Amino acid sequence: MTKAVVSEELAGKLSKSIPDAVEEITESWVVVKPQSLLQVAIHLKQSPDLAFDYLNCLTAVDYMEYMEVIYILTSMKHNHSLVLKVRCNRERPEVPSVTGLWKGADLQEREVYDLLGISFTGHPNLKRLFMWEGFEGHPLRRDYL
Amino acid sequence: MEVAKNRLSFSLDEADIIEGKSIEALRDRSTYPIPDQTEWLERTLNRNVLITTLDKVLNWGRHYSTWPFGSGLACCAMEMVATASSRFDMARFGMEIFRASPRQADLMIVAGTLTWKMARALRLLYDQMADPKWVLAMGACAVSGGNFAHSYSVVPGVNRVMPVDVYVPGCPPRPEALLYGFMKIHDKIEAMSIQHKAVGIPALDDRAKVVEA
Ligand code: SF4
Repeated sequence: MTKAVVSEELAGKLSKSIPDAVEEITESWVVVKPQSLLQVAIHLKQSPDLAFDYLNCLTAVDYMEYMEVIYILTSMKHNHSLVLKVRCNRERPEVPSVTGLWKGADLQEREVYDLLGISFTGHPNLKRLFMWEGFEGHPLRRDYL
Repeated sequence: MEVAKNRLSFSLDEADIIEGKSIEALRDRSTYPIPDQTEWLERTLNRNVLITTLDKVLNWGRHYSTWPFGSGLACCAMEMVATASSRFDMARFGMEIFRASPRQADLMIVAGTLTWKMARALRLLYDQMADPKWVLAMGACAVSGGNFAHSYSVVPGVNRVMPVDVYVPGCPPRPEALLYGFMKIHDKIEAMSIQHKAVGIPALDDRAKVVEA
């Protein structure tokens, strides 16, 4: 079975190469800062002992105070997985896009943009996916009615 | 972005905008359900041997070859598939041939949740079916929007966009219920006569607009 990466170990490794990236660690996930997300993602994918080459899924949650984008990653090589999160503010939610690293993020980022209104900077084609063009609002936001 | 009219090709962005506008136009136009067409069933006919015999032959033919157009839009489609397969066996009624083209179908089974984005396409398919045509709304979603009636994207009942002949409630309805719905469709077919024109199909005010808008 796929093992979960121990968060403390990972945070230790991350802080060596990218200081100040980690915002919070719990048993089951790591929260990083949005401005260092891209660096962290590159590190996770490219360092040989982590080698997260597969993005299982990308989703987001609206917590009213902030919004959170969640990345679930797996390494095919080491057979381990990780839940990575990034928090952004609700008024101008902006997170760098990871489509350059994991191609599969393309449509999922569009979905998150469509339903929650988080804009992914650097996304090649950030348009609505499920709702039609011209639809007002982002329906999965908690205050949408 | 304003999209110029009278052009033959559009960029992808422009096509999206046109699509969005037409979906919204359809939604704005469909604020009330299209009334069920039942008054023709009660109409009295002046019977004469020639007409009744011809009616009998035609209705017999239509009754035993009601080819369905399966629009499996959500979970209800599974029950529709079960109805078609050997245990419940729609083939008994001569309707096992699910047509993939509306041109060859007589009965549209709307099985599942219809969203506004899909409504335009479904309406187009309905318009492409040849008369006489029948619509069966299968499941709570198709009947009234069901669980999702107040959702941001779901059509509250397919009768907003097309006239419905038989409603089969349930979430999902069991295959037996769907078969009972077919029996009701067959009853309606039996009641048809060449004396009324285009039975059961109302003249919709702005058919064309739905497509082009
Ligand atoms: S009526 Fe129930 S089973 Fe049928 S499409 Fe709706 S939710 Fe699914």
